[in-house]
Amino acid sequence: MLATKHIISIEDLTPAEIELVLDTAESFKEVNERRIKKLPTLRGRTIVNLFLEPSTRTRTSFEIAAKRLSADAVNFSGDASATVKGESLADTAETLSAMVCDLVVVRHRYAGAPQILARHMDAHVINGGDGMHEHPTQALLDLFTMRERLGRLHGLRVGIVGDVCHSRVAGSLVRGLIAVGAHPVLIAPPTLLPARADALGVKAVTSLDDVLPELDVVYLLRVQMERAEGMPFPSLREYARLFGMNEARLARMRPDAIIMHPGPMNRGVEISAGVADSDRSLVLDQVNAGVAVRMAAMYLLLGGED
Amino acid sequence: MGEEAAREKMARAQGSGKAVSVAPGIPGTLMTPMTSVASGIPVAPVLLRGARLVDPAVGRDEVADILIEGGRIANIGPDLGSAADAHGQDGAPIVVECAGKIAAPGLVDIHVHLREPGREDKETVATGTRAAAHGGFTGIAAMPNTSPVCDTGSKARFLRERAAAEGLVRVYPIGACTVGSKGEALAEMGDMLAEGAVAFSDDGHGVQSAGMTRLVMDYAKQFGATVISHCEDEGLVGRGVVNEGSASTRLGLPGWPAAAEEIHAARDIRLAELTGCRLHLAHLSTAGSVGLVRAAKKRGISVTCEVTPHHLFLDEGALGDAYDTNLKMNPPLRTAADREALVAALLDGTVDCIASDHAPHAPHEKALEFELAPFGTTGLETALPLMVTNLIGSSSCGTAGSLGGSNLPGSAGRLDWGTLVQLMAHGPRKVLGLSPVHLEKGAVADITVIDPEAEVPVVPEFFESRSANSAFLGTTLSGKATEVLVGGRFALRNGKVVGT
Repeated sequence: MLATKHIISIEDLTPAEIELVLDTAESFKEVNERRIKKLPTLRGRTIVNLFLEPSTRTRTSFEIAAKRLSADAVNFSGDASATVKGESLADTAETLSAMVCDLVVVRHRYAGAPQILARHMDAHVINGGDGMHEHPTQALLDLFTMRERLGRLHGLRVGIVGDVCHSRVAGSLVRGLIAVGAHPVLIAPPTLLPARADALGVKAVTSLDDVLPELDVVYLLRVQMERAEGMPFPSLREYARLFGMNEARLARMRPDAIIMHPGPMNRGVEISAGVADSDRSLVLDQVNAGVAVRMAAMYLLLGGED
Repeated sequence: MGEEAAREKMARAQGSGKAVSVAPGIPGTLMTPMTSVASGIPVAPVLLRGARLVDPAVGRDEVADILIEGGRIANIGPDLGSAADAHGQDGAPIVVECAGKIAAPGLVDIHVHLREPGREDKETVATGTRAAAHGGFTGIAAMPNTSPVCDTGSKARFLRERAAAEGLVRVYPIGACTVGSKGEALAEMGDMLAEGAVAFSDDGHGVQSAGMTRLVMDYAKQFGATVISHCEDEGLVGRGVVNEGSASTRLGLPGWPAAAEEIHAARDIRLAELTGCRLHLAHLSTAGSVGLVRAAKKRGISVTCEVTPHHLFLDEGALGDAYDTNLKMNPPLRTAADREALVAALLDGTVDCIASDHAPHAPHEKALEFELAPFGTTGLETALPLMVTNLIGSSSCGTAGSLGGSNLPGSAGRLDWGTLVQLMAHGPRKVLGLSPVHLEKGAVADITVIDPEAEVPVVPEFFESRSANSAFLGTTLSGKATEVLVGGRFALRNGKVVGT
């Protein structure tokens, strides 16, 4: 079981607890291969998927995870903006609290939203992605996938490529990798790097080709095509040329190095179709691990309470 | 105010660049052309006994008595008690024992958001001036970003009249530079001056166009009026809500870069040089900004600046990972190095005054997500205690509480009382061109008495303000005003707000 009540940041977990989640997920992954993929572990418990930002993939993954543990999973969708919706997040939290639920998974377009929920309800909170801040279960499933394929996490060199400064995936992955003794490096044009990479304890470089041969993992972030303030690079074509993963770059990588992507992919931009479909790409392994890892997180937060 | 009086005031303002002086008080009332407090109650004589009188402007730092009669200082000297008694039974003064306390010219906060008209749920003239008295201020300047924006004479007159009816301390309206503070067309500055405005600002956001800013300064110059700049290049700030750097990176929040303030400050300093207008820079938050002011002053440019207690005593480290919206302010909390540079600028005279940027907000607004919550912290009631606690200090008082980064280790003792009076009483008046107030015979009796040892627990119940969104909630400070006299009348007595 875990010492923390919530998983809002990956840093809520100690390195030993991260390992525990991954180990637990391994056994759940085995369950997911069975014909009857259901355990009675969380029977009678209520899990609310509070998704206040559009998401199909992550919500579905959490929903399947909850159902495989026999919890009652309820989806609550809406608009994040209190000014539009008319009800504050704090009131939403208290409303859900009054319905008595055990765990809330929250996806929200603004950083810090899970803390508001945690302050206003008794339930456990899992952060399903808050603004540009963190997405800890994504990091856990990524760590799971790396460990499964490469046999270790400690010492791995992981290049995180692309829109780092707007990415909650990167926010959690960097912290998680550092916690387990891996060596992340951020790779992006300066316009997509955070103001102070050193505040996260990570180095940042602007050339993918310079570091490519040293990496064990190339982790590609999705290019956000729908940006209000104007694109932070001249064109998708130029981005693909400088930072896109293609067959030529794949050939320059270590023979056992792998490609990862949190999805959904923009084929032809951050990843070529050939690379996406190659056996070096673990994109679907990540999705597969997602269900098991989320089952593990739910189980470890709720399972010890009986 | 009659048309004639208005013309006369404008002529005076234009002629000398000096603000209108406080008119001789009619006994028992306080009538001034520019400021008002609730009047009508006769003012009894007051004897402040045995305070340490601190007024560096007249070279005074001594323990003595002050006798106040008819709204003015009638006498200063040792042991005035017996002389006062000799007045006879009619004029027996109210005696306030002030041993161990500081008496200073009344403090003024030139950056306050009173929210009236428009957001009376957050603050009103009545509650805001109560908070001011509670915090030790005899006067406050009200920023024009109300709803509607104070951009015409009649709106300035509304505020003046509200202050006359309900205000506990003097209220100096600041008018908008441009219509609606939209940065598009000049507001009626002459009209507003005639109705009591003392300076101009589009505070809340910066005037983005350099051309418009030049027009504002050129036009304001004819009145000798101060233009107050809120320095924020919106193109650089974007959706920024915390300092761009460590805080924005760690918290995944949009960053508000220091350069966005500094570029705007540099631009406006250059425009002040070009136009000759008196320029004041509000709530400077970065080392670069105070560096620009220091250099500009050396070059003889007419520029002044203020810093806020929250930028002096908190940095971005205080944000932690709690997303506490009481720590969301504009400009944002900066780095520890910036904070230290602000303290240094305070001590070397670059900073002209302390201003609180008192920004009350409703609890339901501050309960929103960090990016959606409004900017601002209240400040009227914590400004003086923060200055005393963190920069003057005392043998018995502890430091500010456990809020991350709220202490300046080793800073107590860096400021003397004379400099504090300069920064909170004389500096603010000088920036706005208000008449000076001194501790001397014949002066208007705007006086603040401070108990350096009084404990200030910063909890919601402490506040007289209608709002409690303080960045310093949960701390305990030392040093508080116990008496505030405005024109000889108590607005605060024994630490309690007096009046309506």
